[in-house]
Amino acid sequence: MVERIPQLIIVGIFQGSVYGLLAMGLSLQYGVCRVLNITHGEFVMLGAVLTFTLSGLGINPLLAPVIIGPLMFVIGFVLQATLFRALKAWAPSPPAFEGNALLAAFGVMYIIQYIARIQWGGRLMPSYYLADIVSFLGMDFVKNQIVTFAIALALGVAVYLFLSRSRMGRAIRATAEDPGTAGLMGVNTNMILAFSFGLGALLAGTAGTLVSMRTAVSTSMGFSSTVIALIVVVLGGLGSVPGSFVAGILIGIVSMLVAGLWEPVLTVPVYYAMLMILLLVRPTGILGKK
Amino acid sequence: MDITRFISTHRKLLLVGFLVLILIFIITLPLYAGKSDVRVLTTVLMYVVLAVSWAMFSGTTGYMSLAPAAFFGLGIYTMALLQKELPFFLIIPIGGLVSFAFALLVGLVTLRLKGIYFAIFTFGLVVFMTEIIQFLETRLWQRHGWQIIPIDNEILLYTIFGLVVVTVLATYFIRRSRYGLALLSIGGNEEAAEHMGINTTRTKVLIFAISSAFMGAAGVITAPGLIYVNANIAFSLFYSFMPILMAVFGGMGQLYGPIVGAVIFGYLEKTLRAQLYSYFMLGFGIILVAVILFLPNGIAGLVPTLQDKLGGVIQKLRKGGQAGQHADT
Repeated sequence: MVERIPQLIIVGIFQGSVYGLLAMGLSLQYGVCRVLNITHGEFVMLGAVLTFTLSGLGINPLLAPVIIGPLMFVIGFVLQATLFRALKAWAPSPPAFEGNALLAAFGVMYIIQYIARIQWGGRLMPSYYLADIVSFLGMDFVKNQIVTFAIALALGVAVYLFLSRSRMGRAIRATAEDPGTAGLMGVNTNMILAFSFGLGALLAGTAGTLVSMRTAVSTSMGFSSTVIALIVVVLGGLGSVPGSFVAGILIGIVSMLVAGLWEPVLTVPVYYAMLMILLLVRPTGILGKK
Repeated sequence: MDITRFISTHRKLLLVGFLVLILIFIITLPLYAGKSDVRVLTTVLMYVVLAVSWAMFSGTTGYMSLAPAAFFGLGIYTMALLQKELPFFLIIPIGGLVSFAFALLVGLVTLRLKGIYFAIFTFGLVVFMTEIIQFLETRLWQRHGWQIIPIDNEILLYTIFGLVVVTVLATYFIRRSRYGLALLSIGGNEEAAEHMGINTTRTKVLIFAISSAFMGAAGVITAPGLIYVNANIAFSLFYSFMPILMAVFGGMGQLYGPIVGAVIFGYLEKTLRAQLYSYFMLGFGIILVAVILFLPNGIAGLVPTLQDKLGGVIQKLRKGGQAGQHADT
């Protein structure tokens, strides 16, 4: 039992990096656009299912994000530029906008999920990729775990650098902080909001591709991805992008330890216990600011 | 006699008459309608309870609870566990109390914070409940699901109708009370409400628990109609989605809004869902988005606008008629 712990922790880190990636997207969307996008998991589902479909056409899953990423970006961009922008313009107050956006996202979640279900049905799609085993330091790993970790980490760092260093990233952070003033400083805030939302969707779609390499996917997987992403986002601090990545890795480790040493059914209840403790002790999250 | 004037002067009388008609319709339905019609009406009334009690909390305070199913399912499980020990009519309040206590716990953890934490917490609550119960069932009780002894359809119909009456009356009186005003002011501007001396956390937690109690009671009454339940059936996300859609569609500003929404969609659900499940859910998603975009106050919000427009037209006609009379004499 005990000798499995290091391996479980490492696999947990590998898995957690994907959680971190999808939570980063959600955190960006909430932090900048103020939309608690509970559709997020459906983008993960779309990414995963499309990867499976594309690999049926002979396209390597590692290349799939090149097609899926821009597609998700466009869907996210359009959603923000039409639906959420209109809701924001018509809402009497910011809290009313958040409530309405949440309900609208709830509707969009069902729209995407059932379009996918009509298109692909409810079956499980075995989409494993690189499923052979390598030994490393006396521990056995599945190759795709290492590949997904590398991609997720690289993307996570890239997004972090983009947000903190680039000109566009600065505009995004300014818009998140104070859209009014950012607008006065010459930032095209509507464009920035739509861009951020699209970027979040792109990250979700890519995370979906990574998930599909390791597990069989189906059109009904979106909801549980959203639940994990939401919990990770709160643990990391709402709106804190690096915090989400760290919390994702933490959740990955916890999920592997719970599933490996105790009981796989209890992973979500354990997340909930963590969430409850955090909300009671430190509602701003692990890396969140006041 | 002028019909428009009659309506405006005898509004109370007409309302009472309308309610009496509905009462007679529901009570006498089993006499001439078939079994399936009775079950449709029972389901519709169940949705009325869910939608009204959802709007009781989320409609007034603006805090979006995404988990009516968690409390509803808790009621179903209370029934499954207690059906052999206690009589049916005693389980209903117990189911309500169980949901009340659980909602109190959830509320105390999340409702101190900003609304968004509450929405996040409730979103996954259904999954949490499902997995905990699956764990308990497989590990402790060594079983999958529960048989529930069926109860006569007519008894179920009358019981759920009684619950509808209680829920609607409770909502009506809460809305009229000081407490209802406190809730509305929290929905309007929570900080201002706090400064006026309202204990916002206590108010929110209490109303959340009360609304969940009705959902739990509705779960108890629905359980016998399901015959067999397991965690996935009792805590189906569907029961979270429908009440929200119904309340938003009907409009949460008025008491009758969620009722109208529940009657329309409850009927559609019962008649269409079986054949066209995916298209049905897709259509409902589209309706939800469209309503939030174009009818933020729902059907109930449409009524005053229509009244304004129609009223103007009617008045014009009436004036025209009078002018004509004068001209004749």
